[in-house]
Amino acid sequence: MSMQASTSHYPAATVSQRVEQHTLCVLVDNEPGVLARVIGLFSGRGYNIDSLTVSETEHEKHLSRITIVTRGTPMVIEQIKNQLERIVPIHRVIDMTLAGPCLQRELAMVKVRGKGEARMEALRLSDAFRARVIDATTESFVFEITGATDKIDSFINLMLPIGLVEVARTGVVAIGRGPDGM
Amino acid sequence: MMKEMTGAEMVIQALADQGVEDLFGYPGGAVLPIYDALFHQEKVRHILVRHEQGAVHAAEGYARSTGKVAAVLVTSGPGATNAVTGLTDALMDSVPLVCITGQVPTHLIGNDAFQECDTVGITRPCTKHNYLVKDVADLPRVLHEAFYVAGSGRPGPVVVDIPKDVQFAKGMYFKPNDFPHKGYRPKLKGDIDKIKAAIELMRNAKRPVFYTGGGVINSGREASHLLRELVRVTGFPITSTLLGLGAFPAADPQWLGMLGMHGTYEANLTMHGCDLMICVGARFEDRITGRIDAFAPGSKKIHIDIDPSSINKNVKVDIPIIGDCAHVLEDMLRLWRSSAAVADPAALKAWWAQIEKWRGRKSLAYKTSSDIIKPQYAIERLYAATRDRDVYITTEVGQHQMWAAQFFRFEEPNRWMTSGGLGTMGYGLPAAVGVQRAHPDSLVIDIAGEASVLMTMQEISTAVQYRLPIKIFILNNQYMGMVRQWQELLHGGRYSESYTEALPDFVKLAEAYHAVGIRCDKPSELDAAIKHMIDVPKPVIFDCVVDPAENCFPMIPSGRAHNEMLLSDAAESIEDAITEEGKVMV
Ligand SMILES: Cc1ncc(C[n+]2csc(CCOP(=O)(O)OP(=O)(O)O)c2C)c(N)n1
Ligand SMILES: [Mg+2]
Repeated sequence: MSMQASTSHYPAATVSQRVEQHTLCVLVDNEPGVLARVIGLFSGRGYNIDSLTVSETEHEKHLSRITIVTRGTPMVIEQIKNQLERIVPIHRVIDMTLAGPCLQRELAMVKVRGKGEARMEALRLSDAFRARVIDATTESFVFEITGATDKIDSFINLMLPIGLVEVARTGVVAIGRGPDGM
Repeated sequence: MMKEMTGAEMVIQALADQGVEDLFGYPGGAVLPIYDALFHQEKVRHILVRHEQGAVHAAEGYARSTGKVAAVLVTSGPGATNAVTGLTDALMDSVPLVCITGQVPTHLIGNDAFQECDTVGITRPCTKHNYLVKDVADLPRVLHEAFYVAGSGRPGPVVVDIPKDVQFAKGMYFKPNDFPHKGYRPKLKGDIDKIKAAIELMRNAKRPVFYTGGGVINSGREASHLLRELVRVTGFPITSTLLGLGAFPAADPQWLGMLGMHGTYEANLTMHGCDLMICVGARFEDRITGRIDAFAPGSKKIHIDIDPSSINKNVKVDIPIIGDCAHVLEDMLRLWRSSAAVADPAALKAWWAQIEKWRGRKSLAYKTSSDIIKPQYAIERLYAATRDRDVYITTEVGQHQMWAAQFFRFEEPNRWMTSGGLGTMGYGLPAAVGVQRAHPDSLVIDIAGEASVLMTMQEISTAVQYRLPIKIFILNNQYMGMVRQWQELLHGGRYSESYTEALPDFVKLAEAYHAVGIRCDKPSELDAAIKHMIDVPKPVIFDCVVDPAENCFPMIPSGRAHNEMLLSDAAESIEDAITEEGKVMV
């Protein structure tokens, strides 16, 4: 007898599950190469990075905090967390999306160019979004805005027709609500 | 107790303090200070290999046959890049070793200096962890940490990259202390509630099976001992992966043989038909599961593993237990005994009756021959001639590896060294060198293919230099047999580049290396030739000329389910052996 169906020896594609976006906070030793380990893990295993921020947060203990926004099926998200925890200089990984109520913020600097009515409209909108003017010329503004990702997205979308020049964004940082630390 | 010394001296001192007796290495400009420090002492013995890949594989053989963390020393640049295959192999198969690499002096790093490469960058994805030491003050801590990280939790390779100026610099050395790492503490004990839930499932199972892997062997001899106890008191059948062979004795009636792509019929159908799978230290890899959505349908799964990332990676399990196999098995055994748990005896009896029918299919049967040596026959004879001896087996990669796994029977852990995860041709010969070094009086055999063994053949020279009487038993089918088999079954018999023309004369090759060469091509002469090989107290290359057309069965083509196994025509057919009979490809 021979094999049924096709003679392909390539495995059938895996069944697709729903993709979710999760925010992970990662506490790491602030030592050379640690970010390369994290990024290498994501690229090597084919995980997505929507945004990544990193900075030293506890100088005496040499600890840095990395916030990663990623997406994947629940099984992949669990894998990402477990794979991160295998990295030796990583102390803790918290899935903020699952860990309970949390605050997620980004900062963006938004440069807009325009004159006359466009300029006034930009100012009015920035006021509504509580954005601050941090630089101005007669034909431009740089706004500083903080908030959740979708708030910043809508602000940028509104600036687009007015004369958006460029945007610099930090990516998301996150912290849990309430008295307890991570 | 602190003592001032150079960085190079610290390396040797730390190796000695970590219990390293044998160091596999190859010198070069960037490690000369360390070689100089080696010269002045006798605690650490150096084994000069012939290629850095060989050094790492030798260390792997040493580590896997002893359970200790092994050590490697190579130079910068090409020394480090040559070691990469070995490091990746060790990572995939969870082998504990520390590899010290020399680096150009710190002030030259990043300048494309002679024999500079970004060793930590290159080895980051193929090590468990790695370090670049830029200050001699950090060196003692890093060296001790490296051994701790390599050997604890899920074991793996660790690289310590040391620039030459750091090797010359002086600093204070201190011995290993009790707090080897500030953050890394793998969890050993399993969650007791989960273990209780697992016992409950086991008590109610009607068609259970133990599926075990290399994790049991990595966990230590006690884990194998506990596994045997648990399998005995439960009465459940047991199978294992390629890397797990030997954790449970092959002579035991509850043993089903290896599972997976070239596993036995009974092992794979037991997995397919089970209602409870107890996975201990294995990782549901694709060579095991076959088609993932048809893997053991309708079964509940318990998964014991020290590495949380192994859990729910490929297959969703019902009860994950994170912990060291020995610790968890001990708790399981205690709970099983104290709760006087028994599995449903009638169901278990019926399950065994079914399994015996599958076993009756004799899936490893092959057509024998009196004029040509069948590779399976060669392994059977090798096994018969060595079974009562203190024997260690390594392999290369290919058909011969699978035949060795199927026909050589292992009763003890740490006796079987093969490249499973990476499937590295060229692993077996240097691994045998390492095993023989650790067990000078034992019989160490590399079951080889003629193609694989040429990849690291030069290590026979190491064996000769250090009087390591390894036996390289080549199943010479003149083909990259495993490639040929896939081409025959899946690519219309187009044997593209899988035939090796101009093979060397292995007997002369052995002689050129001052080893002993033996050739045998007649079944009737095989036993005597094998005896001769064993009796010669020198390294031997045994050229066993076998049937070039033989295929390795059973086989589950990748991406297929366990019940879509291909069997050899020689396997006896038993009509009512299986319910899914129609689906089984004979
Ligand atoms: C380094 C490396 N290159 C290529 C392969 C792919 N490969 C797997 S088995 C095999 C053939 C091995 O031939 P041989 O050593 O003669 O063993 P046989 O299958 O004939 O027993 C090849 C090329 C591999 N596993 N490793
Ligand atoms: Mg071959």
